Amino acid sequence: MLNALTLILCCQLAGELLVTATGLSVPGPVCGMALLFGGLVLRGGIPDDIGRLADTLLGNLSLLFVPAGVGVMLHLELLRAEIVPISVGLVVSTLLTIAVTGLMMQWLSRRATPAAEGRDGKTS
Amino acid sequence: MSGNLREIWVYLSASPLLHLTLTLVAYQAGSWVYRRGSLNPLLNPVLLAVILLVAALTLTGTSYSTYFAGAQFVHFLLGPATVALAIPLYRQFDRVKRSALAVLTSILTGSLTASVSAYALVTLLGGSAITAISIAPKSVTAPVAMGISEQLGGLPSLTAVLVILTGILGSMLGPPLMTMLGITDWSARGLAIGTASHGLGTARALQVNEVAGAFAGLAMGLNALATALLLPLLWRLFT
Repeated sequence: MLNALTLILCCQLAGELLVTATGLSVPGPVCGMALLFGGLVLRGGIPDDIGRLADTLLGNLSLLFVPAGVGVMLHLELLRAEIVPISVGLVVSTLLTIAVTGLMMQWLSRRATPAAEGRDGKTS
Repeated sequence: MSGNLREIWVYLSASPLLHLTLTLVAYQAGSWVYRRGSLNPLLNPVLLAVILLVAALTLTGTSYSTYFAGAQFVHFLLGPATVALAIPLYRQFDRVKRSALAVLTSILTGSLTASVSAYALVTLLGGSAITAISIAPKSVTAPVAMGISEQLGGLPSLTAVLVILTGILGSMLGPPLMTMLGITDWSARGLAIGTASHGLGTARALQVNEVAGAFAGLAMGLNALATALLLPLLWRLFT
């Protein structure tokens, strides 16, 4: 467990350093994800303890957004004043993005590989 | 409040323990309601936890910065969790490789749809310029979105809130919408929710199906990259 945590933090740190050094406009953790991914490809497999730690972290991923979400209390006044543009903008744009991206991906991947096993989905 | 209780309160509210614990308890309560409500997407546990916490902080007159001094320990784990997304991605790498071109085209289109439509809608409906800028990167994972917002002259802290709200909305309304539209491939469902609703969408996808989770995590990362590169460029071209 400790090994896995150390490795993940090292990837994140290396990602942050790389981003700062090169001035890339990617966040450090995303760069760290790419580094860890590259490492897994080189190694050709996922060590057990890293797999378990990742499953634990990702199994509770939505909890990690709660502190930033509570920041809504800093902007209640602005949100109240512009409630219509903000709520319509958020809802319509989010649904539109999901529809456009999902339809395009399904269409393109089915066209590319008509017999592929991509069509294995039942709905959630 | 008796003198004794007040002393305990002063002690507790000055240490990170109280607000860290409250964050976990509120989320557990939200998850409990979500499970009791037979996983109704409207009872989103993050939304419920945020409502509970904002109510508690407002009632006790606690500032957000006092709260965050405790909650930052949870917030910090977002970084390691993002790194850990390499694992589901690696497990599904063969599948991702096979549809690389479709993945890139779809994410690029989704990225532009997200920022342009949000900016245009807020502007058309009479929102202020600073709100329109702050909402443009709303589909991007919080740290990148805040950076983009600052670069374009928006309010980074407002952007963070809009990002979380987008994540909650996408994970609530995305799955029924995709079912309605006949989007049944797990890869397409994951990619769409990850592009539109970053980590919160990815969290939802991971709960349902590992293929969807891997595509969602990939979409979150690539959309962050695409928006960070394209939005400032568009902004310079059109303003």
